[in-house]
Amino acid sequence: MAMLDSPKIVTARAGFDDSFTMARYLATGGYDGLRKALTMFPEAVAKEVDDASLLGRGGAGFPAGRKWSMLRKSPVSYLVVNGDESEPATFKDHYLVERDPHQLLEGVIIAAYALQVSQAFIFLRGEFALGLERVQQAINDTYDDGALGSKIFGSDFSLDIVLHPGAGAYICGEETALIEALEGKRGFPRIKPPFFPAVTGLYGEPTVVNNVETMANVPWIILHGGAAFAALGGGRSTGTRMFALAGRVKNPGIYEIEMVKNTFRDLIYDPALGGGIIGDKKIKAIIPGGVSAPWFGPDLLDLPMGQDEVAEKGSMLGSGSVVVMDETSCVVRATWRITKFFSKESCGQCTPCREGSGWVERAMYRLEHGGGRMEDLDLLLDLCDNIAPGLTWPPQQTTICVLGSSIPSSVHSAISMFRDEFAAHVAHGGCPFD
Amino acid sequence: MSHLRVELRQRAEELIALYPRPRSAMLPLLHLAQEQDGYLSDEGIAEVAELTGTTPADVRGTASFYDMFHLEPVGTYVVGVCTNIACLLAGGQELLEHATRSLGCAVGSTSDDGLFTLEETECLADCNIAPCVQVNHRYVRTTTPETFDALVGELRDGRRDHDIPKHGTLIRVRRSGGLRASKGEITGQRAVAKAARDERAAGEKS
Repeated sequence: MAMLDSPKIVTARAGFDDSFTMARYLATGGYDGLRKALTMFPEAVAKEVDDASLLGRGGAGFPAGRKWSMLRKSPVSYLVVNGDESEPATFKDHYLVERDPHQLLEGVIIAAYALQVSQAFIFLRGEFALGLERVQQAINDTYDDGALGSKIFGSDFSLDIVLHPGAGAYICGEETALIEALEGKRGFPRIKPPFFPAVTGLYGEPTVVNNVETMANVPWIILHGGAAFAALGGGRSTGTRMFALAGRVKNPGIYEIEMVKNTFRDLIYDPALGGGIIGDKKIKAIIPGGVSAPWFGPDLLDLPMGQDEVAEKGSMLGSGSVVVMDETSCVVRATWRITKFFSKESCGQCTPCREGSGWVERAMYRLEHGGGRMEDLDLLLDLCDNIAPGLTWPPQQTTICVLGSSIPSSVHSAISMFRDEFAAHVAHGGCPFD
Repeated sequence: MSHLRVELRQRAEELIALYPRPRSAMLPLLHLAQEQDGYLSDEGIAEVAELTGTTPADVRGTASFYDMFHLEPVGTYVVGVCTNIACLLAGGQELLEHATRSLGCAVGSTSDDGLFTLEETECLADCNIAPCVQVNHRYVRTTTPETFDALVGELRDGRRDHDIPKHGTLIRVRRSGGLRASKGEITGQRAVAKAARDERAAGEKS
């Protein structure tokens, strides 16, 4: 049975049609967290977030408090919010920016206070036209309310937030590519280590880059305390998390549930959550954390949804997206489409990714559409082994960023789990599902 | 003589003032140039170069990296159909093929009447209402061939002008003012924070 009695931390206003307005936000405790934070020392605010052990919600799962503590001391530093949500089948940040932009802003203002930063940028995916309008309106209203701008709520703290629209590039979700785009350039990831954004970020200044959902958790943490947040979940995975459930389920959607206390089976089958598989078919495989993650078979459905629990089984919770494939889904077609995505979105800086993604996509294309050979399976595994040597998890990296090392995940999973289905495609001269 | 209309030129200058360096306004300014012309014209690119202190070649090279910028004219309505994983599992490929017939243009091309450009898109982050369709980056949530065709009819008749502006217009909410945190205050708040830190450190020692 799913555990559904935990508080809704970031989706508390889900039931209101006007959840995005200042009036609704103020009527439901809005900016109380900020008022409280401003009575605390900045270090004490940061300590609450550190005590909460809030893991970054963007994909890598790095503790937000530690990221903040790594910010190099400098006369000028920046806070940048990563709202470039583009990992396929991830749609939680889209939900948050459209439905609760003030919660995001309050989190940003509190974080900026903790970091003593006076300018923050919210980088939002360009395709979120409505989200961009809602966040800009929220910024305007927040200035008017005195919660943003000069001497916030009469304190000594001042902050400006600038909304920055992206323009369509998956790679800009990678934080250094995002910084390049924010500097007005092509979104080419930067070489790191040694210099992570906390040391050398925007314009070479120390910069914290945090995900939208990460920021949205901050007001609750300040109001209720880091310990209350850390009491939820289990192990290193504290609090709740928004899971974006998609694919062959009856009720796809966003579900905020307590970390670790629920399993993939709970999320997919509970009547209050996914509600089971369309037509009550059998599950063939799930993708547990975005298309960069290796797949799980039905044997792992009872695994608790926690960061370390999933990592131990060779995959990741990643961006919080769960895709379900059932017996009607063609895994070769699904894999081909995922490799086509990576091939298109590779920025082209590094040879293994630029050349490898296209080569993998062409082999997958012919397997799905006719002309594939059994030798292609060895070719695919060899290509993947050259992109991420050893095909380990976490993957070895031969490229500047992790886009490259994400390419093998689906290919390696599909071939390992469904070799028969590839053989059927070769024998059939194309897709037997068509 | 500015190529951008007076109002857009003014918005462009306001945007540049928000950033520590003018070049940072590159993407927002390109969106504005596209709002005026529907695509990035040579004149629009030249003006963005002038405003950001770069060259037209640099601007074009940057713009070509991003899917949302069009370097050639496109239809009044750019229709995007997602075929990525969640939408694929819900029939996105089939809906895209239906769209080519319904709009009368192949993927990546524009209908003869100049009304529609059809694109196959990557994930648009609306996967619970799949397959996902956007028109000019507005979610229209037409997941079946029937509802898709009804939408196309509405667009042809101009019945969606209220919620779907012509291609290029992205953010219709204008920022209400410039930066408010003055440099003096920022220095001041850092001094206050440092004093508080020192005071507390002294307290912990004693």
